[in-house]
Amino acid sequence: MSDILAVNDLTVSYAGDESVSGLSFSLKEGEILCIVGESGSGKSTILKAVAGLLSSDGEIRGGQILFGNADLTSISDSDLRKLLGSEIGMVFQNAGASFHPMRTIRDQLYEIQRTAGKMDRSVFEKKAEGLLESFGLANPKRILDSYPFELSGGMQQRVGIAAAMLLSPRLLLADEPTSAVDVMIQRRVVEELLLARKDYGAAILMVTHQMGVVRRMANQVLVLKDGRAVEYGPVDQVLRTPKADYTKKLLAAEPRLRRA
Amino acid sequence: MTKKSKKSAVKTRLIVFGCLTILLILLAIFGQFFLPYDPYKQNLSNTKAMPSPAHILGTDRFGRDMFSRVILGARTSILSTLLLVLIIMTVGTAIGLLAAWYGKWVDSLLMRISDLFLAFPGLVFALALAAVLGGGIMNAVIALSFTGWPKYARLARSGALAQKKALYLDAARLSGDSTGKMIFRHILPNIVGPIIVTAILDIGTMLMEIAGLSFLGLGARPPILEWGSMMSESRNLLITAPWVTLSPGLAIVITVAVFNLFGDALRDRLDPSGR
Amino acid sequence: MLACIRIFYIKMKYIGKRLLQLIPILIGITFLSFAMMRIAGSDAVEEMYNVRESAVSEQVIEAKRAELGLDRPFLVQYGSWLIGILHGDMGKSYISGRDVFMTFLSKLRATLLLSVLSLGLTVLISIPLGILAAVRQGRLTDKVLRGLSFLGNAMPGFFTAMVVMEIFGLKLNLLPVISTGVNLKSAILPALTLAISMSAKYLRQVRAAVLEELNKDYIKGLKSRGISDRIILWKNVMRSASLTIITLLALSIGSLLGGTAIIESIFMWDGVGKLAIDAINMRDYPIILAYVMWMAIIFVVVNLVTDIIYHFMDPRIRLGEGEDS
Repeated sequence: MSDILAVNDLTVSYAGDESVSGLSFSLKEGEILCIVGESGSGKSTILKAVAGLLSSDGEIRGGQILFGNADLTSISDSDLRKLLGSEIGMVFQNAGASFHPMRTIRDQLYEIQRTAGKMDRSVFEKKAEGLLESFGLANPKRILDSYPFELSGGMQQRVGIAAAMLLSPRLLLADEPTSAVDVMIQRRVVEELLLARKDYGAAILMVTHQMGVVRRMANQVLVLKDGRAVEYGPVDQVLRTPKADYTKKLLAAEPRLRRA
Repeated sequence: MTKKSKKSAVKTRLIVFGCLTILLILLAIFGQFFLPYDPYKQNLSNTKAMPSPAHILGTDRFGRDMFSRVILGARTSILSTLLLVLIIMTVGTAIGLLAAWYGKWVDSLLMRISDLFLAFPGLVFALALAAVLGGGIMNAVIALSFTGWPKYARLARSGALAQKKALYLDAARLSGDSTGKMIFRHILPNIVGPIIVTAILDIGTMLMEIAGLSFLGLGARPPILEWGSMMSESRNLLITAPWVTLSPGLAIVITVAVFNLFGDALRDRLDPSGR
Repeated sequence: MLACIRIFYIKMKYIGKRLLQLIPILIGITFLSFAMMRIAGSDAVEEMYNVRESAVSEQVIEAKRAELGLDRPFLVQYGSWLIGILHGDMGKSYISGRDVFMTFLSKLRATLLLSVLSLGLTVLISIPLGILAAVRQGRLTDKVLRGLSFLGNAMPGFFTAMVVMEIFGLKLNLLPVISTGVNLKSAILPALTLAISMSAKYLRQVRAAVLEELNKDYIKGLKSRGISDRIILWKNVMRSASLTIITLLALSIGSLLGGTAIIESIFMWDGVGKLAIDAINMRDYPIILAYVMWMAIIFVVVNLVTDIIYHFMDPRIRLGEGEDS
């Protein structure tokens, strides 16, 4: 299988300070790579750099982000926007806030569908309902009618995944998707993400600090500390026989991290 | 730009505009002693002269030096504005503190009264009140005081309520401070920042409103020199000698701009997260 | 169906509540306006005769006071005056002797025309430019627009009026500097003057409102789903920002209503503002009273309507979610 995403020697700075330094990793089709590290390790910055969502004081200083043949560090804003949604999807820590607060879920999903060309309302309706159901949301009609604030945190998270998967992207970026929900819902969200890979064949690049989630999902793990990779390899190898002291520390702190 | 350079840029702005502000106030107080010409002395052989090196803002219809007149005008325009803002800031803050401290019916009564004054649009109430009181710069200040205070009352009230809730006040109360001491020691110092910023940003608006009332003949009147009434007095000269009409206006624009720039810088310094 | 009736009921209840809240404010406005004029009004009769420049005896003055009801207790005067207002009777002008309410109404049309025109110009100038400045934040366009808005904010209305007169009326000789009656051509310069002052303030507010939206989390969400900048701006950002923009526009009507007085009298525009200024100069208190009171009432009602519109446009408020989210 070929690489779907290859990051080479990526350096990103925030307000003059380096946040990610010389980072390299790659992701194959249908593979799940988890980037773990404490907060401030720069792990969210990586996702933002891939999706072109760095805030105005963030800047890519060097390296490449290869998605297929395109280098996302040099691609134009509008070309990147064409890839987003249709080829690359993204799930946020707080998915509820990633939707416009004053528009219904239906309108917002339809707007995403429209970026891929015209689709009849009734056809779309069927598709959206099926999609929401497949992500474990009963009563999809009611969800489509809702405004984001009317949904519970767990529902918002699953709607967020559904919205990201609407156009069946090949790559799903997930930024701490399980951190803002309680333990019961966490398990559901993990299942839905695994479903996204199984049913849609999406590769997932996920950032998290929850080792339990990593254990259940990851094929590959990258441990990040102060913007540098301290360990990178298959999940069994990294979790069972960690080489770096930092990884051992993270694993030892696992129960505390899970509660946090 | 990095955070550090942003912070130092704000500091530079604060110093530059702070100095300009002080300069303007000094000009308003002491400008009268450094006038190039007697602002009231007529020279009928040199009327409506264009701006020149001798008279940098030209002369008016009686040949009086416009530059000297504008400088002397600063005294009434700026000092009366400062007085006005001082009044509304003090009165408004005091009312807001009273409302927050005593709560209950005192609070609702004072806030309803402030709502009532806010129900009158812009200059309308001041216009009528100035008319009732009769002209004169002091009456204009009084009229505008009536419309200006509610903003400060609300600001002080909401700030004081937040402070009152803070735990340390209970501690202070236990230690037996009197009400007055409590307000001055524990509440006022914590809310004074935004109030001062609001006051400085209010100076420009208030200067323009005083000038507006004077322009309508409801504020300062000739022979007292005030920028608004100077413009009104010379509005017929707009065609033949626009510099006479427009230079007091320009003085207003510059003064308002300086105070606003200073206020903006001060706000950015005190509340870097704000716009 | 039942839900529809329920929502309708809640809406009506809300509007009813807001209308009830209006009553004390209206009483306050009328009372304060009336009290203010009565404080001055005790010598209004003397004033009235002074204006006519005839020497009159105390007796005549007392008789006139009694005729105008100025000798009765204050609250009685207020009460009967208030009942009069409800019948559209606000007394007669001291100067012209004409019915105050009718005089006021006849001039109101001109002021409304001027206000609507300047409000329209303000919207045309400042909303597009405000959005532009926000979208180009920190770039040259933004800096120039902010500079212009700053300058406009430092210019008092009468100064702007003079500059506008100088440029368009006298130098270019395009438009009448002094109104030739209530017509569109004469309205342009005063409307432009008011619009310049308002736009300077409003541009800033529009920019801030749009920027605030642009910095919200959902923008990243929309971008990550491939929504184009055009759709993000017009269908999403403006949907939220327009609420703030409409509210601020309605609030700026207050300064507009105050500002018209000076501008109307400079351009000799025959509206209520000029009527008021003339009345002030001649101490025609019934007219001043009508002006203050009606301006406040118009302002309060406009604010109330804005509030209600805002209330029903935001689904978070409409569907009864708490204010805190």
